[in-house]
Amino acid sequence: MSNNYEHKPKLVPYPSNAFVPERDLGKRPVLEVNHLGIDFGGLTAVDDFSIIVGRTEIAGLIGPNGAGKTTVFNLLTNVYHPTRGSILVDGMSTAGKSTHQVNHMGIARTFQNIRLFSNLSVLDNVKVGLHNSMKENFFAAVTHGFGYGKAEKKADKEALEFLDFFHMADMADAPAGSLPYGAQRRLEIARALATSPKIILLDEPAAGMNPSETAELMENIRRIRDNFGIAVMLIEHDMKLVMNICEGICVLDHGKVIAKGTPDEIKSNPKVVEAYLGKAKEA
Amino acid sequence: MSLFFQTLISGLNLGSIYALIALGYTMVYGIAKMLNFAHGDVIMIGAYSVIVTVSSLGLPPVIAILIGIAFCALLGVSIEFLAYKPLRKASSLAVLITAIGVSYFLQNIAQLIFGTQQLAFPKIINLDAIKIGSVQIDGITLVTLCVTAVIMVLLTLFINFTKIGKAMRAVSEDKEAAELMGISTNRTISVTFAIGSALAMIASLFYGATYTYIKPTTGSMPGIKAFTAAVFGGIGSIPGAMLGGIMLGIIEQYSKAYISTTMSDAIVFGVLILVLLVKPTGLLGKKISEKV
Amino acid sequence: MAKKNFNNALKKAFSKDALTIYLVVAIYAVISIMLYGDLASRQLTNMLISVSCYIVLAVSLNLVVGLLGELSLGHAGFMSVGLFSGCLFSMWTVDLIPMLYIRLPLAMIFGGLFAAIVGFVVGLPALRLKGDYLAIVTLACGEIIKNIITNLEITGGALGLTTTNSGSYIYSKPKVLLPYAIVLVLITVVVMMNIKKSRHGRAIMAIRDNRIAAEATGVNVTYYKLIVFVLAAFFAGAAGVLYGHSFANIKPAVFNYNMSIEILVIVVLGGMGSINGSIIAAIALKALPEMLRGLDKYRMLIYSIVLIVVMLLNSNQKFIEFKSKFSFKSLLKMKKKSKKEEISNEQ
Repeated sequence: MSNNYEHKPKLVPYPSNAFVPERDLGKRPVLEVNHLGIDFGGLTAVDDFSIIVGRTEIAGLIGPNGAGKTTVFNLLTNVYHPTRGSILVDGMSTAGKSTHQVNHMGIARTFQNIRLFSNLSVLDNVKVGLHNSMKENFFAAVTHGFGYGKAEKKADKEALEFLDFFHMADMADAPAGSLPYGAQRRLEIARALATSPKIILLDEPAAGMNPSETAELMENIRRIRDNFGIAVMLIEHDMKLVMNICEGICVLDHGKVIAKGTPDEIKSNPKVVEAYLGKAKEA
Repeated sequence: MSLFFQTLISGLNLGSIYALIALGYTMVYGIAKMLNFAHGDVIMIGAYSVIVTVSSLGLPPVIAILIGIAFCALLGVSIEFLAYKPLRKASSLAVLITAIGVSYFLQNIAQLIFGTQQLAFPKIINLDAIKIGSVQIDGITLVTLCVTAVIMVLLTLFINFTKIGKAMRAVSEDKEAAELMGISTNRTISVTFAIGSALAMIASLFYGATYTYIKPTTGSMPGIKAFTAAVFGGIGSIPGAMLGGIMLGIIEQYSKAYISTTMSDAIVFGVLILVLLVKPTGLLGKKISEKV
Repeated sequence: MAKKNFNNALKKAFSKDALTIYLVVAIYAVISIMLYGDLASRQLTNMLISVSCYIVLAVSLNLVVGLLGELSLGHAGFMSVGLFSGCLFSMWTVDLIPMLYIRLPLAMIFGGLFAAIVGFVVGLPALRLKGDYLAIVTLACGEIIKNIITNLEITGGALGLTTTNSGSYIYSKPKVLLPYAIVLVLITVVVMMNIKKSRHGRAIMAIRDNRIAAEATGVNVTYYKLIVFVLAAFFAGAAGVLYGHSFANIKPAVFNYNMSIEILVIVVLGGMGSINGSIIAAIALKALPEMLRGLDKYRMLIYSIVLIVVMLLNSNQKFIEFKSKFSFKSLLKMKKKSKKEEISNEQ
């Protein structure tokens, strides 16, 4: 395991009551969310959600089904526009921006129900991720001259590197829709990484995976952080994965944050236990 | 002032025809999730059936109408069975193109049998006009309005209170779930096509009586307008189709009377676009939000 | 290294895109020889320009339907906007610029730009509406365009525009117009093929496959939807200008939703997103009915039956399997496979 960091670093306060890993201290946090909330026609889905994510932190967002975790992701990427609160990506507010602009600002994401460009090839899926970093204007595209070849060659090389990172360069020409489930999940992450984000949001990346695939995923998440030096925030139901790799965890229930802290703190938090066991009683 | 009311009456008359056709579009869309482009041509076939039964065979109008309704219902069901049923799992575009093919087919069959020239539609409803103040209401208009109102009430009752009506609503909500509850999707879709086509036949009676001439392409423009009306009211919604049809008829007649006869189509379609821009799913359509 | 370059060049020369170009050039070469050698029948001569226009219309509509994945039923409207504006431009400048080789391209650009502006306006609702709702709005836009042009005095109203009046005589024979048609078709085909294989084309197809994911991946959906409508309208408009020059009189009522549907049918039958398919389907669907003139009465009936049967067959699982077994591609693959086996055997 090529992990540069201590497995479970100490979380230190930043700037006040929030916590980031010690190594990210003194740097501007990649994500700073304050009192975020959204109402759907009088129904409050998420309320007073605040979080600070360090530049290279692996953060977890957990909670029982229907707690509003995916809604938080949709708010962070402006798929839904928040009713209240503010989001700062690397110090810049995302208010009023559209989803693609938020991506330019540095947030990339994957989806709970995989959303690939299924008719495009695997390579092209990643190249869509490279869309904004490519220097290829409309004129070059129409004529296939004026730097088109150079830009495409560079994009091909970069896209293959991303695929190689997930050991799927050999599938580059296959249509994305034809990939097996696990590979589709990896491709979605590769595509998100190709947009050169500062933080990547993973929505239930381990859903439907067997233990060995989950172990590989954990390894991949760490490699993403180490290789690209970016932050990762993930929603996951697999507690083993969360407790193993997340440095800071935020627990959501009924749209509200009920606990925040290190895995050890979360494990022993009575409110968290209640939220999960309470659900078990209902079921 | 008399022009205002006269226009209102003619608008209601035209709107009723649109509404009857729009019901067929909207019911089929709600249940089979397809645009039945050939629906307009069922009107034309229905009108020709009356010409054959009344003008050529000399049957009494009531029997002719019953035969026409049965024939169109059968036609609707067979079109569904032959052309659309094999495409249940195909893309919506494939179904649309097939429906266009069916539409061409019906028009050309009619052209082969009856020729391209227009035929006179027999006068089957003889009722004197009545006068309220300075406003004159034709007998046929009166019949149109009354029959349409009765049909709308009956259809609403049918959809809400009969077993098959409930099955139709269930299939349009969620096909798989309905199937699991023991509802036969295929049978429900067939019934929908039968009802829609029967309504189109009734619309053809009023259309023929109002415009008096029929040719193979007769169904196409009212078909498109009625389709517009269905979208206007919110496609898939039965009250929406009724409202959309009547409003469209009224808008069309008022723009003809007060603005310009030649620009009325542009005005009707313009209003449709405006409504959709403000309410993207039509007046009474359900808001569909994509789950992320 | 030199060998690699040579191989690449070879690969490029035999790529699918290049083959499309060869196909188009070959067809036009044969036709040109026939036309200028006075071997072409009057029937063939008469339909040359209109079939060429339909190729341009289908290929450009394919950008909207096949690549962007939005249903547009108003393509004929864009065409007529281009046609009437471009032809008027041509009529006004006929004394100023008597040379057709300058005036016609200018008119095509003028008509195309005019249509593009309308395409932009029609594209705006596409930002808010989806699927069938957008389809009906594009249809409505096409009908509105038709209605407006029918009521304009400047375009001759319902009687249409006459291109053979002295002082504004712009009508040209197919023999004169064919070179322009060839150039227009080639430009359209090349532009569409090139866009498809660029970052812009990928972005457009990404929107088609999954709009939300495309947005989250940084694709500006608004921008690309508008670009697609504008571009498609431009080419439709340019084709319209050419179309207009080939008739002595053009009535606006021709460009109704039925014509838009006709173009859509070509696109769907040719295969969504397939430029090759659009070209072949345009030729087949426009030229064959002309060839069947002898069967006059049954012509459209046969057309409708063929349409239904093709659509039914295309969604029949057994037929798809049968087709893929005997397709050109799979035959090639089999050959390659056996070659590979040979090589591995040798080793």
